[in-house]
Amino acid sequence: MHAALVQFKPRKGDVAANLAAMREVFAQLVPTDVELIVFPEAALTGYYLEGAVYELARDSREMVRTLGETWRAAGGSRPVDVVVGFYENVAGTFYNSAVYVRCDALGGAHAVHVHHKMFLPTYGVFDEERFLTRGRRLSVFESAFGPAAILICEDAWHALMPTVAALKGAQLIIVPSASPGRGLTGVEELESNARWKAILSSSAAEHGVYVLYAALTGFEGGKGMSGATCAFSPRGDLLASAGPLDPCIVSVRLDVGEVELARATIPLLGDLSAVLPDLWLDEEIPVRRRVEERA
Amino acid sequence: MTLPVLEARLDEPSLEINPALTTRWLEAFLRDEMIERRGIGKAIIGLSGGIDSALVAYLCARALGPENVYAIRMPYRSSSASSLADAQRVIDALGIHGETIEISDAVDGYLKHAPDADARRKGNVMARMRMLVLFDQSARRGALPVGTGNKTERLMGYFTWHADDTPPVNPIGDLFKTQVWALARHLGVPNEVVDKPPSADLEANQTDEGDLGITYAKADRILNLILFGYRDDAIVARGFAPEEVRLVRRRVDSTHWKRHLPTTALVSGTAINEFYLRPVDL
Repeated sequence: MHAALVQFKPRKGDVAANLAAMREVFAQLVPTDVELIVFPEAALTGYYLEGAVYELARDSREMVRTLGETWRAAGGSRPVDVVVGFYENVAGTFYNSAVYVRCDALGGAHAVHVHHKMFLPTYGVFDEERFLTRGRRLSVFESAFGPAAILICEDAWHALMPTVAALKGAQLIIVPSASPGRGLTGVEELESNARWKAILSSSAAEHGVYVLYAALTGFEGGKGMSGATCAFSPRGDLLASAGPLDPCIVSVRLDVGEVELARATIPLLGDLSAVLPDLWLDEEIPVRRRVEERA
Repeated sequence: MTLPVLEARLDEPSLEINPALTTRWLEAFLRDEMIERRGIGKAIIGLSGGIDSALVAYLCARALGPENVYAIRMPYRSSSASSLADAQRVIDALGIHGETIEISDAVDGYLKHAPDADARRKGNVMARMRMLVLFDQSARRGALPVGTGNKTERLMGYFTWHADDTPPVNPIGDLFKTQVWALARHLGVPNEVVDKPPSADLEANQTDEGDLGITYAKADRILNLILFGYRDDAIVARGFAPEEVRLVRRRVDSTHWKRHLPTTALVSGTAINEFYLRPVDL
């Protein structure tokens, strides 16, 4: 399966300009055999919107329809799957969402899955939960590659999230992200990007899954979105990585045989499946205790 | 047999920067925030002859091209001749536009109505006059004023409010003074500018470190630890005298107001920046 990860630089709040930029990306990819195109978190508007999120958030059905039309307008005359991060308005409840869309050959499209970001960072330079509602469910769905899950940005920083996704059958984890870069002490890259790669590599290697990371780039009010769009193999190896600063496309080919090989060589996921019931029944785990208290 | 004991170090967040990566990051910041967000490809800088404005001139020349950078020297009659000469070295080295606009007449025109003004008040009048000139010159040239305040002076409150801090973009405001030195050396800022003792140049023989009562090398490490949330005793344990830590913390704690916009009385449910929240770049 051929995937294209788009390191995207949106114009703040300018949906029409950003859709036009997506159309250009589509036009570049139409002649290829790409089957999955991944845009970052909040690609439609830029990340920091504060109260303007209520004006710029969109209905997911409208988002899906627009993507199908945009693929067609770019010359897309074959099916393709697209992931886009956007702020979603669900009847007045607002989410940081990523939709997995299947575009057909005729300008139509339907949503295969919508993930609502579950971990909304609200500390330091982040203020998401002031404006947004957190998602409540991590689901695995059938992607162009096979069983997949979407984790948006901080979702992926909690080791339990890729673990749950893998236990539910995911062989591919897609991570749309918008990460303000910080820490210029690193020898070769931003500290925050080095941290990202360590987390993504660890998630891929522990569970034998592909991890595809697509990130925003460009400055938003002094905060530089740190790019470093990248892909990790099911052994945790870095397959490709963009730099922090410029828009680009990271092209990666995925092979389900690699997932099987990684899991057969180091069967950590199988081990976890076997031990998990014992862990889950451990009465010292806080969540279990709270359930008992309610009972 | 006695086993060897390996002592772990006390952890301390690093102040080291990667100068090449930092340069690329700050160039991208200037291009994005000036050209792409504001549609302005020209910068105007008040060039004092000191290291901060010299570094900003170097960054702007790299990001925008030297032909798009205007350096304005704004001496008062008591400013040292060496400051003017050092500023000229930067202008010559970069090939940026340079102009000198004396502020003595304008400052003295006001000060003759304020005969009791002490050195601090006079210094503030000069700083505010320079900002008045810089903004007027920016309108004349269609160039954006670029700020030159560093993180150390911002944290210590060692600047004139609504003067040095007014330009709408500042590439070095999150760099401590010691990081400014490292970056300036990397970019080839002339040694005369990098190696001289930093000074506001408002009075003869004035130095920043004399005014602050502590060296930048110590102040930066203490500030960094304070910002990471370390308590005073934990900072002292890392090799500082208690009075040094108290001095720095007192300066930070007494100047939070200088790092904010004016305090506005909230009377509605739509108060700007309280309820009505919009990012600067929307």
